[in-house]
Amino acid sequence: MDLLTGLTTLAADIPDPAGLLPARQQMALSLGWHIVLACFGVAFPTMILVMHWRGVYRGDPLALVLARRWAKVSAVLFAIGAVSGTVLSFEMGLLWPGLMGRFGDVLGLPFAFEGVAFFLEAIFLGIYLYGWGRIPPRRHLLMLVPMAITGVAGTFSVLAVNGWMNNPTGFRIVDGEVTDVDPWAAMFNSGVFLQFLHMWVAAFMVAGFSIAAVYAAGMLRGRRDRHHRLGFTVPFAFASVAALVQPAIGHLLGSRLAETQPAKLAAFELATETESPSPLRLGGLLVDGEVRWAIDIPYLGSLIARNSLTAPVQGLDTIPADEQPPVNITHLAFQSMVGIGTALALLALVYWVARWRGHDLLRPEARGGTWLLRAAVAAGPLAVVALEAGWIATEVGRQPWVVYGVMRTTEAAGNSSTALWWVLGASAVLYAAMTVGAVLVLRSMARRWRAGDESLPSPYGPELEHAEEQR
Amino acid sequence: MGLEIAVAAALFTGVVAYSVLGGADFGSGFYDLTAGGTRRGAELRRQVDHSIGPVWEANHVWLIFVLVVWWTGFPSTFAAVATTLAVPLVLALVGIVLRGSAFAFRKYAATLGQARFFGVVFAASSVVTPFFLGTVAGAIASGRVPAQGDGDPWSSWTGTTSLVGGIVAVGTCAFLAGVFLVTDAARAGKTGLSDALRRRVLVVGLFTGAVVLAALVPLHDDAPTLWAGLTGRALPLVLLSFVAGTTTVALVAVRRFGPARWSAVLAVASVVSGWGVAQYPWLLVDEVTLAQAAGAPATLQGLLVAVGLAVVLVLPSLAYLLWLTQTQAWSGAPEERAVSAGPPPAPDARPRRR
Repeated sequence: MDLLTGLTTLAADIPDPAGLLPARQQMALSLGWHIVLACFGVAFPTMILVMHWRGVYRGDPLALVLARRWAKVSAVLFAIGAVSGTVLSFEMGLLWPGLMGRFGDVLGLPFAFEGVAFFLEAIFLGIYLYGWGRIPPRRHLLMLVPMAITGVAGTFSVLAVNGWMNNPTGFRIVDGEVTDVDPWAAMFNSGVFLQFLHMWVAAFMVAGFSIAAVYAAGMLRGRRDRHHRLGFTVPFAFASVAALVQPAIGHLLGSRLAETQPAKLAAFELATETESPSPLRLGGLLVDGEVRWAIDIPYLGSLIARNSLTAPVQGLDTIPADEQPPVNITHLAFQSMVGIGTALALLALVYWVARWRGHDLLRPEARGGTWLLRAAVAAGPLAVVALEAGWIATEVGRQPWVVYGVMRTTEAAGNSSTALWWVLGASAVLYAAMTVGAVLVLRSMARRWRAGDESLPSPYGPELEHAEEQR
Repeated sequence: MGLEIAVAAALFTGVVAYSVLGGADFGSGFYDLTAGGTRRGAELRRQVDHSIGPVWEANHVWLIFVLVVWWTGFPSTFAAVATTLAVPLVLALVGIVLRGSAFAFRKYAATLGQARFFGVVFAASSVVTPFFLGTVAGAIASGRVPAQGDGDPWSSWTGTTSLVGGIVAVGTCAFLAGVFLVTDAARAGKTGLSDALRRRVLVVGLFTGAVVLAALVPLHDDAPTLWAGLTGRALPLVLLSFVAGTTTVALVAVRRFGPARWSAVLAVASVVSGWGVAQYPWLLVDEVTLAQAAGAPATLQGLLVAVGLAVVLVLPSLAYLLWLTQTQAWSGAPEERAVSAGPPPAPDARPRRR
């Protein structure tokens, strides 16, 4: 009898399917890797469009050179983005059969539209990349327009699915069966519009700050030519607008949480109890149920999360223990995102205000110029960190649900575990290799460009000429 | 016609398109891999770069299209296949990742050593990937995927039909790619290259044809439902494929590469369609029919809207891309040179690949 009780208790303690933990890690790795490239897929074509436009319509040959180089960089980034995105498609079934089998026809439609968008992007990418010197310049330039538009459509579609997971709608569950499926209602759920804006703008921050960082690093090394100036300014301008708009979007998105996902909000704010007014809790960790090492700023929590001086942030104590997300990860990830985002917005503000007041920080002799460039170099990786932190905050903060309030992540995972651990290990190696390969190739491209080799001929080139001579 | 049949037709059109367009991209890996040493293989490898460079990403999206329509339109069977056939799916996925990334890396590799390394990765994964995708098709077609999923992780895809599917996939990809490559080489006036390719295409074609014919025999016992379909309703398609395949080999033999390309496409499209027609109305053979697997009607309608959008937006764009690759400006000229610097048009200049 004791043994039986013991066994049942044990069983209750480990209800997770074996595939849950490796599936989570696998998804985190592959999504976290792909999302960076997705940002370039969404935002880079628009930046190339501006640069190329300048080259064609303002007759700026330097802009044309930059546009052409960026096109080659995007060819590499889009290739690994396409294949790492394919990984995610497979993983929907391999890792989350419970979710796809049950809700595939509820959540799937936006993916179909994403497929159409990706199709168009891939087609026009092919036309654009191989169109240099083959299509009349003005028409060639136009080939970037569909790519910029499909970036918007694709982001909307993918975020529609994530928005649905956070705000599930468009179906009913009767006697355990999913019925009355309305995929359009699911697609246009209450969270999609703001989530889409948040991610779309984030893509411009990541791509813009990353590209600007490359040219800032070049300027720090003394390459103070117009080439670097232009290469810095265009992406930095995009990133600046995005960074300055993002806090407002984030605020609107966050202020929905009190109603839609109180547990996530409580974890974001590290609110153990419902307080009125709630403080803003900077830093800090939850240790044995106590908040430690946090700096509390009174009123600000209520003000930011609830737009009020008195309205409280609902505390974790009101939420059943088995419906609480991992608090510390969610809290720290959220605050990292907000902190970095704020710093990036300040950086943008400093640069443009100084420039507006006649103090051009990019000039070699400018006071504070070096510091600005150093900050701009750091801004690239920091924007990536903020992006990852934001996804960690929203995804971990939704736990234990995969479909909020409807399906737990444990129900979505499959049963195989050893195999998934092997797959995870192999994936880590594969993604590391792809990262190394991409860095290696991109750096060598930059090196050859600096050495004046604009065309980057096929590495088989000299051998080929030789072979032709022999014939 | 039921909604689910319309969606299934769209889904299977994607499968056929991926087999033909994506297949030709994968198949070029076979020639790249066997092109010989750096010097001897340089010309062919450049041709591979040039032929599939502008189109491989677009062709790859057919797979994404198939996956999303599948999991949205027929969700439970997608989960059943994913849980049962995880091993070949993961292996195919690894191949897809390595193929795409290594191809892009090779194009911009700085040194010959790097190009060789990325080239081997690209070519080897190109050959291996269709095999595993073929085993997945074979597993579904021979009724080895249980409706509720979680079938045997190994025996489900190592049956005779799966192995046949894998080998046939590799062979047809290589055959198709060979016909396209030899056409491209001939158009660009590279006579030496096109002669060498022609011989190899003939060998690959005869070999693949023999394998396909021999492979039909064990299907009788291993996949009776599929066999009944192939020898019944789908027999015209099987015969058409045979005739088109034989015609292609003959056309390549007499150096009529332009028409050979179309008959090669017909041969592959009809054999793949034959599989689909043969297993109709099953989605997972002997387990789940299309009607049973179908998702909510509203979703199927939504999918048809997405398919309609694809027809209106994607097909014209794709046609434009493929047309561009056929124009003289895109043909033989190496990418970086100006248009005028390209070689003179070949005497029998006809629309080139795709």
